[in-house]
Amino acid sequence: MTEMVYGTTPVRDVEPVLPKWWRTVDRWTLSCILMLFGIGILLGLAASPPLAERNGFSPFHYVERQVIFGAMALVALLLTSMMSPVVVRRLAVLGFLASFVALALLPFFGTDFGKGAVRWYSLGFASIQPSEFLKPTFIIAAAWLIAAAQDLGGPPGRLYSFMLTVAIVLMLAMQPDFGQACLVLFGWGVMWFVGGAPMVLLLALAGLVVLAGSFAYSASEHFARRIDGFLTPEVDPTTQLGYATNAIREGGFFGVGVGEGQVKWSLPDAHTDFIIAVAAEEYGLVMVLAIIVLYATIVVRSMIRLMRERDPFIRLAGTGLAAMFGVQAMINMGVAVRLLPAKGMTLPFVSYGGSSLIAGGIAVGMLLAFTRTRPQGEIGDILRGRLR
Amino acid sequence: MIRTPLRPLARILEARQNGENPDAIERENLRIRHEQMRDRARLRAEGRLLVLGVMFFCAFSVIGLRMGHLAASEPTEPRAQATGASIIAQRADIVDRQGRILATNIETHSLYAHPQQMIEPLRTAEALVEIFPELDHDRLVKDFTGERKFLWVRKKISPEQMQAVHDIGEPGLLFGPREMRLYPNGPIAAHVLGGTSFGREGVHSAEVIGTAGIEKYLDTALRDPGRNGAPLELALDLTVQAASERVLDAGMKLMNAKGAASVLMDVQTGEVISLVSLPDFDPNDRPRAPTSGEPGDSPLFNRAVQGVYELGSTFKIFTAAQAMDLGLVNAETMLDTRGPLRWGKHKIRDFRNYGNSLSVTKVIVKSSNIGTARMAQMIGSERQRAFLGQMGMLEATPLEIVEAKGGKPLLPPKWSELSTMTISYGHGLSTSPLHLAAGYAAIANGGYAVRPTLLRQTAPQTGPRIMSAEAAQASRTMLRQVVTEGTASMGEVPGYFVGGKTGTADKPKARGGGYYDDKVIATFATLFPAHDPKYVLIVTLDEPVETSGPEPRRTAGWTAVPVAAEMITRIAPLLGLRPERKPLNMAGVTLISD
Repeated sequence: MTEMVYGTTPVRDVEPVLPKWWRTVDRWTLSCILMLFGIGILLGLAASPPLAERNGFSPFHYVERQVIFGAMALVALLLTSMMSPVVVRRLAVLGFLASFVALALLPFFGTDFGKGAVRWYSLGFASIQPSEFLKPTFIIAAAWLIAAAQDLGGPPGRLYSFMLTVAIVLMLAMQPDFGQACLVLFGWGVMWFVGGAPMVLLLALAGLVVLAGSFAYSASEHFARRIDGFLTPEVDPTTQLGYATNAIREGGFFGVGVGEGQVKWSLPDAHTDFIIAVAAEEYGLVMVLAIIVLYATIVVRSMIRLMRERDPFIRLAGTGLAAMFGVQAMINMGVAVRLLPAKGMTLPFVSYGGSSLIAGGIAVGMLLAFTRTRPQGEIGDILRGRLR
Repeated sequence: MIRTPLRPLARILEARQNGENPDAIERENLRIRHEQMRDRARLRAEGRLLVLGVMFFCAFSVIGLRMGHLAASEPTEPRAQATGASIIAQRADIVDRQGRILATNIETHSLYAHPQQMIEPLRTAEALVEIFPELDHDRLVKDFTGERKFLWVRKKISPEQMQAVHDIGEPGLLFGPREMRLYPNGPIAAHVLGGTSFGREGVHSAEVIGTAGIEKYLDTALRDPGRNGAPLELALDLTVQAASERVLDAGMKLMNAKGAASVLMDVQTGEVISLVSLPDFDPNDRPRAPTSGEPGDSPLFNRAVQGVYELGSTFKIFTAAQAMDLGLVNAETMLDTRGPLRWGKHKIRDFRNYGNSLSVTKVIVKSSNIGTARMAQMIGSERQRAFLGQMGMLEATPLEIVEAKGGKPLLPPKWSELSTMTISYGHGLSTSPLHLAAGYAAIANGGYAVRPTLLRQTAPQTGPRIMSAEAAQASRTMLRQVVTEGTASMGEVPGYFVGGKTGTADKPKARGGGYYDDKVIATFATLFPAHDPKYVLIVTLDEPVETSGPEPRRTAGWTAVPVAAEMITRIAPLLGLRPERKPLNMAGVTLISD
């Protein structure tokens, strides 16, 4: 009756976007990321006032910027995570092309901010580091290529993606930015591994990495000094590493107390590369372990969810993003505890840095988009007797 | 391998018969093939993802464990790498013959800066200049605000200064422990000890190395860790040394001399009990070597060892002793002393005319150049040269200080007969006061050559015999007479039977060309007690002039002799010598009491 009087109610045969998103998204990972954001701002409050003071800003200048960038990154994260994998792929590949060109043009238009490596475009109000955006989009593009190669009659995507990797690694090494180059190489290697690389080739690649490492050791003084510094058993306490190690010791299990830390005054990179040392000193081992657990949860949980994924592209892209995210965090913390040679690498979401925050937001948004619950033909599996 | 075709002929034909599109069959097969491949790939990926996940979990766990391990370990104060730890810092003490400290080490600190760690470089520079006024403020500011990572501020600081620097509260200022050489007696024995400075330097320690004197000569021995801290024992006696310096300093000022030196030597062992050279310096703050002026006038110059002078008439006794030893003369032999004695163009004169002839004793007592030259003629050049060589007069003394090598005697270019005659009364051969002391020690100990040494000896030296005991005895008698009735009458010290010989030599002009007639080197060489000599004392004054009389007097009898007598009065009791007094003649005296 009502229908006859008022006309038919519009029938929605598609589930509304937000409820669907909330139903399918990996809420554990999402909460972990939000917590990392919070920790990042908390630590920024502790670590960045010395830098602000040095540069003549108000004490919490960098915290304010971090909050602004963080909000932008969160929006990017949420928007990205709501997209379907196909849309993500299309946008990411476009973004990849853009950032690839930007990276290639760096030597001509970039600036080094007096740090000896041309990595940035200066936009006046902010600076952009193309390699930060290149990393996640490259993962998508490479995953797409590798996945396409698995189809019968598909393109030789592995070869293409490998060539792309080599080109990017060379460009990054020329900046020089060995850290990002390693990350890109590692991300591609993980995807290749998961995408079904033959074991022999994997071993060959490992050998190649060792060779390249020793070549870089003999060719680049910058690189050699860092490795030497790592290999000597004695920490020179006047280096950043020495201060970081001492800060961790100073902090003990429960820290010296909020705002009581000293290391942030001695370390020029306290707000970025060595933020974990600030965390360890002021909040102690408890905070550090919490941070590690958050990262581990994000990475391991994403991988477990991706294990069930049928679509090879989504599986590969998700794996690459998760691995790259985890490795970046691992390298940052491994350097601070002297498990790895000194390498400037930001701690995703926690370290200060506009480009890295927004790029990280996009990357994790894509990861969330890929790990969303989708029908994976479980019924078919059950029918075919492959119960799990 | 059997390949399953995508277009199975049987099904295609059947489809064609039924009028269906055979491509659909191919597509269907392709789809099924894909499904199977994907399933396989997914299974493989599942395994590999699991491996990856476990690897990530392990890696995060390792980092967590390592963090926990670090957090559980004790924090240490930041320290620079101990690169300088290998520097051996312990340096042996130097003590005198009684074990009193002449040189020792104290713990002090050096002050260095790490400008990169400074919080307030400008304020720090200002505060530092207040504590150390000798620092340059602008330079400090430049260093502290520049690129430098490390700089020394002060090499040695006192505890008070260290506290003041602490009070600045600047974390970029750091202290390094230092072992510092300390000479607690200040300038006493400065020329013997020399001085030290830092050699190789690290933050944690620095090498102390000798720069002069015995510190340099015996540097290796003093630094030898095998010494186990055993001090170096010198022959010097601190009290005697101090008394000698006081007396000589007073005498030098009284006699308006510009420099003075004295040597006191044990005649049996050759030990140098005191060695003074004035002006002196403080080895704790050793002055820099002068860059202008006469090096011989610098306080660093050791007149007693480095300074070679024509020591004048003090040499006459050597000539007399040798002539007696050779049997050419005895104490009573009369010598022709009519002057002047001509030799070629040269004339040898006496200070006064002593008549036509004098006995050998009187030649010494009155200090006759002519008489001495006649004896030298009898001896001849060869024998004179050999005799002086045996006494060590022709080469540098072997004293254990680096400066001793510089005290090389000046010999005549050709030892002619004229040289022989002038050398016999102390001209034409320049030696150091220490050489002279060694020569007098040989006469004093009965004719044995003596090698001067600064190190404590336990037994008398038995050097080669260079003259007979009788000749030495006769020489001592003459020397005693010089004091009792000759030129050194002011040298008598009651109870110590001083014997000696004066010497007044005109100073040669610096660039050759004769001698000054108003500048002399006045020397008094003594031995005491004359009947059984224990010690030899040489006192030399540079350019003395005694002005109490109507005319300025420069002869040694008026200048060096009273200084030496005062010195003996002071040091003989310190040396443990008892004054010997003749028993009073009691005959004819009646002691009464009521």
